[in-house]
Amino acid sequence: MSDVILELKGIDRIYTDGDDPATATTVEALRNINLQIFEGEFVSIIGTSGCGKTTMLRLIGGLDQPQAGQVLLRGNPITGPDPERAYVFQQGSLFPWLTVEQNIAAGLKARHVYRQEKDKIAQYIQLIGLGGFEKAYPHQISGGMNQRVAIARALINNPAVLLMDEPMGALDTFTRADLQDKLLEIWEQNKTTMILVTHDVDEAIYLSDRIVIMTPRPGKISEVLPVRLPHPRDRGGVEFMNLRREILDRFHLASANPQPEYFI
Amino acid sequence: MQKNHSNNSAHHPGTGNLTGQQVSGRRLLGAAVFTVSGFGIAILSNWLLPQVAETTNAVYEVGAVTLTRNSFYRLVLLGIMLIYALGGVTAWFNDSRRPRYVKQAAFRFAMGIVLAVYDLVATKLALTPQPFFPGPAEILESFLSDGSNIFKNMLYSLRLFGAGFLLGTLLGVSTGILIGWFPRAYYWIYPVLKITGVIPAVAWMPFALTVFPTAFSAAVFLIIICSWFAVASQTSFGIQNTPKTQLEAARTLGGNTFYLVFHVAVPQAMPQVFTGITTACASSFTCLVIAEMMGQPGGLGYYINIAKVWAAYHKVFAAILVMAILFSLILAILGAVRSYVLRWQRGQFK
Repeated sequence: MSDVILELKGIDRIYTDGDDPATATTVEALRNINLQIFEGEFVSIIGTSGCGKTTMLRLIGGLDQPQAGQVLLRGNPITGPDPERAYVFQQGSLFPWLTVEQNIAAGLKARHVYRQEKDKIAQYIQLIGLGGFEKAYPHQISGGMNQRVAIARALINNPAVLLMDEPMGALDTFTRADLQDKLLEIWEQNKTTMILVTHDVDEAIYLSDRIVIMTPRPGKISEVLPVRLPHPRDRGGVEFMNLRREILDRFHLASANPQPEYFI
Repeated sequence: MQKNHSNNSAHHPGTGNLTGQQVSGRRLLGAAVFTVSGFGIAILSNWLLPQVAETTNAVYEVGAVTLTRNSFYRLVLLGIMLIYALGGVTAWFNDSRRPRYVKQAAFRFAMGIVLAVYDLVATKLALTPQPFFPGPAEILESFLSDGSNIFKNMLYSLRLFGAGFLLGTLLGVSTGILIGWFPRAYYWIYPVLKITGVIPAVAWMPFALTVFPTAFSAAVFLIIICSWFAVASQTSFGIQNTPKTQLEAARTLGGNTFYLVFHVAVPQAMPQVFTGITTACASSFTCLVIAEMMGQPGGLGYYINIAKVWAAYHKVFAAILVMAILFSLILAILGAVRSYVLRWQRGQFK
């Protein structure tokens, strides 16, 4: 087994709404989360909305802090955001006043290494297949292209972990499949550890080594399922469908013993 | 990419859109003749119609040329005519300019006719009460008789406006960023901005004239506070409305506070900053002229005041004409800067 890169130890995250303790409502977004993620692994986190999957990703990203427990990256506790943990948001995180190539260069500028590393920009534009769109502004290209730019912008900082919060949530089926393949291609090339939050079961099976299933109120990990299928995976294959049924069953969306169907 | 031309031509849904339609050479030629003929009529009527009302006819030596009020007026009309004719020539070689040129023809023709009638009524027949409503030739005569003086005062206005408006904008943007970004700055400065902002800047005039060493610096102060408010409040709103996702994205990319403010919040707020600057520019014009009328040793407002005392209303109108041209020019420059800075928005809103 390879090394643990990221570890969540006994994480609690409670949101309090309102200042007055007498009337304040509290939501237990996460309770006692323990999870280890290994170097180079592709992990998906799935669950119904409100199960705390985004909260978990934000804690890893350093955009939020837990009330109890620790998030460790290679043994060091996480205290805030850092380019070593790159983050891809659902949508609208690109800077609309910058062109595609300027957006991708934003991380280099932020880290003051633009001069030394600007040659990488063209390479990452090639990687996401957006050659010819360097000078386009985000509103001039499609939603799928926007998300590819967001991924390139995150990867150019050479992160240890790539965190993605439903990056394909707003895309249509075909664009999504296309982007999933692109993501796998990048993953195989760069060997970056990837953590993907999604509510799309197929996406999770298609991409991941392991699937973390979460349940809400309070948000906790109910199960971690390994996906032992070779890449490229067949979205319509028997094993794929079996695993799909197994996961949907956890959410009571599929019946384990299907009712016989009658045709008239 | 679609060019944003909301600045120069408004599109009304009911008026028939000429763009995209081919304009034939024949039609263009017709439009050019139509355009120019209005001013032609104005020239001819000034030249041929007899002067009925009594008037003095001064002669001015400009270089080697001898000009009277009427010949100068006709020269100016001829100049405008030539500019429009030249516009027609460019449209001849540039198809994309043709529809607009044709569309403008009626209005330009009407301008010439209005000038002809105005000249006839105000100068030739002197039917308008004199000297309050001088004719167009008399107004233009001011530039012959008092041109250098008008020019000097225009430069004074420009200097005053430039100093006050630039400093006020700079100050406004910086306070706006401060208030918009730091909650503590908002707490302490925003109430001050809110209260002083509603006071018309010229109300500070007596105070400014006592406190500041020169009348010029007092007026600069007035224009500064006049533009400061609009720019500061719009900038702070823009900064405060920065989408959270953009800020979080910048943080995960490794941006520090400086990066978040100057590479995310500020560029993102630029549309609103420019709304503030445009508002500030318009109110600064008002402030400038009032300040000049109330206690400056120069400027177009001062010039109007002096001309009024001598009942030289043609000079008053001449100064107003200069203001119209000068302020339009400033707004046009501002518009060009704005559309360059906000070029990323082009085609975004359709």
